[in-house]
Amino acid sequence: MNSDRIIEMENVSTRFGQHIVHEDISLTVARGEILGLVGGSGSGKTTLVREMIGLDQPTAGHVSLFGQRLDRIGMEALAELRNRCGVLFQGGALFSAFTVFENIAFPLQENRTIERALIRDLVYMKLAQVGLGPEVASRLPAELSGGMIKRAALARALALEPELLFLDEPTSGLDPVAAQAFVHHIQNLHDELKFTAVVITHDLDLMHDLCTALAILADRHIVALGAPTEVAMSTHPFVRAMFSGERGQRVFGAMAS
Amino acid sequence: MDEDSATSEEASKPQDGRPAMAGHFEPASYHTLRDEHGRTIVALTGYWTLRGIDGRADALVSSLGRLGRGNDKVVWDCREVQGLDNVGALILWRLRGFARGNMIEVRPEHAALCERWSQRQAPPEEARAPGMRPLAALSSLERGLRSHMVDFTALVGQIVLDGGLLLRRPDRIPWKDISASIYEAGVRALGITALVGALVGIVMSYLSSLELRTFGAPSYIVNVLGLSIMRELGPLLAAILVAGRSGSAIAAEFGVMRLTEELDALSAMGVSWTTRLVLPNIVALAVVLPLLVIWTDAIALLGGMLAAHITLGIGILEFIHAIPSAVPVINLLLGIMKGSVFGVVIALIACHFGLRIEPNTQSLGVETTNAVVTGISAVIFVDAVFAIGFRGIGLP
Repeated sequence: MNSDRIIEMENVSTRFGQHIVHEDISLTVARGEILGLVGGSGSGKTTLVREMIGLDQPTAGHVSLFGQRLDRIGMEALAELRNRCGVLFQGGALFSAFTVFENIAFPLQENRTIERALIRDLVYMKLAQVGLGPEVASRLPAELSGGMIKRAALARALALEPELLFLDEPTSGLDPVAAQAFVHHIQNLHDELKFTAVVITHDLDLMHDLCTALAILADRHIVALGAPTEVAMSTHPFVRAMFSGERGQRVFGAMAS
Repeated sequence: MDEDSATSEEASKPQDGRPAMAGHFEPASYHTLRDEHGRTIVALTGYWTLRGIDGRADALVSSLGRLGRGNDKVVWDCREVQGLDNVGALILWRLRGFARGNMIEVRPEHAALCERWSQRQAPPEEARAPGMRPLAALSSLERGLRSHMVDFTALVGQIVLDGGLLLRRPDRIPWKDISASIYEAGVRALGITALVGALVGIVMSYLSSLELRTFGAPSYIVNVLGLSIMRELGPLLAAILVAGRSGSAIAAEFGVMRLTEELDALSAMGVSWTTRLVLPNIVALAVVLPLLVIWTDAIALLGGMLAAHITLGIGILEFIHAIPSAVPVINLLLGIMKGSVFGVVIALIACHFGLRIEPNTQSLGVETTNAVVTGISAVIFVDAVFAIGFRGIGLP
């Protein structure tokens, strides 16, 4: 049990009825790493992340988080582990009946160890950290733009000072400028807070700029794993199609050619 | 900290990126010493993080604050702090407020966090919603009522326009949607209306039979049951059940379609959603509710007959033969007509509230409830209007 391995997946297989999603996947994420999880749609990226948080159980194999086997610990210990994780869902998943302030304050209040005045200070700090002004705090999620929703959701994911952050397509639906700014924000936060992150993405720029490692999911297996530049050199057809396209060449061009 | 969480912390490492000593997770703490210049040095140790502070934020701030206030010469030594996050930095920042001008020594990697807090602007004051004054409440009530009236009128107008269009272009009539709505609102409601109808019939029959026996007029049970069930209870029961079942279903469906922009998608394709969604529901309920009324009437009378047979010894055939002479047929027709009107009212109200649903979960619940409650109330109100309007017809 190595404490530097935040996530360990060993021989994980997932099956929905007859449909096999993953077969024999092994993967470790080290402390401080930002792992990009890449794959075609339907390749089970989100399922893999859900298994990492323990929202879904794999059909075979097992998952360890912070060195603890998820299938061997009780509900309470699992809840405590999840308290150390932050999740940014694809659509934001902000509570639509709460204002932005209440959304970010919610996990802090549920934690029950912080007094109200501190929560207020923390919420406004989180908002500033993700680049949102205090005037956004009183708005409802329905009144926010797509980029603002992502930022507010990131602020909520960061509320409990997570050691491990899951980001599900953080830049999808954002314009290129907003996407770049968002990546920049995450990068700064990572420098400052030193969390570990797993990022599901299709965004080549994000892979290049943010990720310290990439895992390519195709044909039910992880077909390439390593530093982004190494992965871009892989000869697997899916990887080739992804990185040797016109856009891939532009971003990763220098080393792929 | 209990055993479990202690082991969980052992297995992991706090978040400042430095390897933790195996099995060491020190909660936030401090100790004071005095240096040769007579200054008090407060050395902070352990993890000044959310988990390291673990609910002692208040206690730490106040006890450290006392130190800072009592003695001007305090040096805050944060070099032994093993981990720092926003919560810890916030507490330190608050201390700095107490002990302004005193030295704080911080590890370089924690400096950025502390700096961030010291540069931050105070959050705006919490805006308090002003209390509702009686007059303001009245005016907002009036505004709400008016917006309901406007929306409802617009909906009805749109449906009338759509209806006119469909009369000119009968090939556009959404038969499939109408048929689906009939199945959903009618066929699937047969079970529950039968159950409720039978129970009410039995209860009515049993209670009136007790009275009638004391008056020595047991055969009048046919009049009592026939009239009350066909004229009032059958239509009302069927309508209330349908308002609960279909009213909530229609409102919630519209609400979700609005949230997911499906209504906009239909409009963008040039498909009128009032024609495809609102109208079929109205037509379906107008058609199916009278049929449900007949069904409920029949089952309720059957229940009543059985109860009368048991308590009063009236034969089933005898009962059936007595109905036509005891209850004028106009009562049955009136009940069926009422069913049709109730159906239109329920569908209109459900669509109206469904379309008012705003894109949040709370509104979905509130408006669905409103659709059902208003639907049932409106049914009873319309029933009262019928009772007054037809008071001279079909009654002995």
